[in-house]
Amino acid sequence: MSVRVVGPLEERLRANRDAGRKLLVPYVTAGLDEGWLDIVRAVAAAGADAVEIGIPFSDPVMDGPVIQEASVRALARGTTPASVLAELARADVEVPLAVMTYVNLFAHAGYHRMAQSLAAAGVSGAILPDLPIDEAAEWMSEAEAAGVDAVQLVAPTTPEGRLLRICEASHGFVYAVGLLGVTGERADVANSALVIARRCRSVTETPVLVGVGVTTPKQAVTISEESDGVVVGSALIRRLLNGEGPEGAGAFIGSLREALDDRWPGTQE
Amino acid sequence: MTAATSMMGEPNEAGRFGEFGGRYVPESLVPACLELERAFHEAWDDPLFRSELNELLHSYAGRPTPVTECRQLSSELGIRLMLKREDLAHTGSHKINNVLGQALLAKRMGKHRFIAETGAGQHGVASATAAALLGLECVVYMGEVDVKRQALNVFRMQLLGATVIPVTSGARTLKDAINDALRDWVASVESTYYCIGSVVGPHPYPFMVRQFQRVVGEEAREQCRVILNGEDPDLVVACVGGGSNAAGTFAGFADTKARLVGVEPEGGAANGHGVAGIVHGMRSNFLQDESGQIEEATSISAGLDYPGVGPEHAYLAAIGRATYESVSDAEVLDAFQRLARTEGILPALEPAHALAWIIRATEEGKIAQGERILMTLSGRGDKDVAEIMELLS
Ligand SMILES: Cc1ncc(COP(=O)(O)O)c(C=O)c1O
Repeated sequence: MSVRVVGPLEERLRANRDAGRKLLVPYVTAGLDEGWLDIVRAVAAAGADAVEIGIPFSDPVMDGPVIQEASVRALARGTTPASVLAELARADVEVPLAVMTYVNLFAHAGYHRMAQSLAAAGVSGAILPDLPIDEAAEWMSEAEAAGVDAVQLVAPTTPEGRLLRICEASHGFVYAVGLLGVTGERADVANSALVIARRCRSVTETPVLVGVGVTTPKQAVTISEESDGVVVGSALIRRLLNGEGPEGAGAFIGSLREALDDRWPGTQE
Repeated sequence: MTAATSMMGEPNEAGRFGEFGGRYVPESLVPACLELERAFHEAWDDPLFRSELNELLHSYAGRPTPVTECRQLSSELGIRLMLKREDLAHTGSHKINNVLGQALLAKRMGKHRFIAETGAGQHGVASATAAALLGLECVVYMGEVDVKRQALNVFRMQLLGATVIPVTSGARTLKDAINDALRDWVASVESTYYCIGSVVGPHPYPFMVRQFQRVVGEEAREQCRVILNGEDPDLVVACVGGGSNAAGTFAGFADTKARLVGVEPEGGAANGHGVAGIVHGMRSNFLQDESGQIEEATSISAGLDYPGVGPEHAYLAAIGRATYESVSDAEVLDAFQRLARTEGILPALEPAHALAWIIRATEEGKIAQGERILMTLSGRGDKDVAEIMELLS
């Protein structure tokens, strides 16, 4: 393996994890409403270790009804990749930001140009759920050159050798998809979430976060027994769609933070 | 083998035709696509599978379908027009060829839940049919708009024992039905076979579906040779939604001198007006806005209402082996009526696109007098009659 360059996203996540803290990464759909950046700031202030910024796409095949609805609303407001990055460039958020979207928006702009634009906007990571590792070489090298961590995903169906390859290639963190299915709230923790986290952690030092289906503070704790933390999307977005706003978002993420910190006090800041 | 193998042969190892194709799916689905690729190759190379499929195509689907010479329309237009009659296949369109292949494959792979997307409902009906025949559970995703305009096909699928799920996201047409079918498959991949209805999606679908459809072109070439005293047609024309009837047709003629023309609807001309992008698992041409959001196609025909096109068509266009033209809804309606009156055939609105272009190109001199043309009549028009009644009143 060549020397692995660790970007600012991974650097921060590793540092927080190594301090004994579980990682909490909320997902916010960019452009959801006029005040969406206040939501980003609110979840950062409530204890997020990084924030995933969803750039809305017309055909989000990995997303369930809640994030689909948020994407539709954001697109209807005229949100574009360029408008999101322009707003992020002016936003002052004290935690690292990773964008999450679909590969066509990057391919359309051109991987080189998109990687440069992300870096210029202060974005330090990117997650593309429809760009599996076999197709990702060109994007990963452009991202690395721009100092953007290209996060890779593993799924419950990923076989062993491939899982190792993905974990080695992933920058920022390893996104472990906790169940077979699209984003959305779930009543229970799938056993697959625990298994996939364990499998990834046994082969990599890179932080392993479980996403998809993480709904309650209790579930976040259960999953974090095996992972380095969680990504929370639909459970937050549903509250935002219901009009809860930055305060509601902060309160919800705060409740997740508290549950994780109660279980893993670590070295408190 | 002939040069057809190299012209419309296998995609490369990464599932690409030139720069188009690939396997851009969520990680959860990658192992399933790899498994499907292996299973398809094994089955396709297995004489038992092939004879089982051929037997079904023959005794169940009614193949070979005939080629009909259009005497009156030909003399009106000053050309020699031959129609490959997929409207006469069981369930009324070419879709059955692909579905019988994939349903046999699903059984062979031990998958008992069979899901499909559908636009016009023809692929849904074919899927429901094959599932009933082979004892598979069938679920069909269909955009809500299409559920309304193709109500008869919805009822047909239900009669055949399938569950039809109306899709309410996006424009509520074919693109959105594919999205929801993919979402279902992401969650159900271990037990479920996804039967894609056209030469679209991640590898191996574009290749596999074309192989299952090449019977159209291979039969047509032999039939044309009988009609034309051993010669091939000058021009081969088919309509293009995702492009399966066109790909199957072209596969039979790619190594001849025939000019190949695919006809898209004006409001869904992905090869004509689209740009390269990555959606639905493939790199191909798509209608997109300036940031890369996928635009909604609009067409009189639900089966062509798709903003993308199969990757092999994007490739054939790029290398110039095939050209892609488009026609308006009004031209399609005229062509539909003209074929009905001159030849006693009600075509589906989809292949009426192919005919509409032939009529216009003849008038404009882009088709020379006396040219010998094979057009694939991909389906029958019964499903469209109610909609046409409304449009004409
Ligand atoms: C009769 C008929 N022709 C053509 C099509 C378009 O599909 P393709 O481009 O894959 O042949 C459809 C799709 O529903 C159809 O029903």
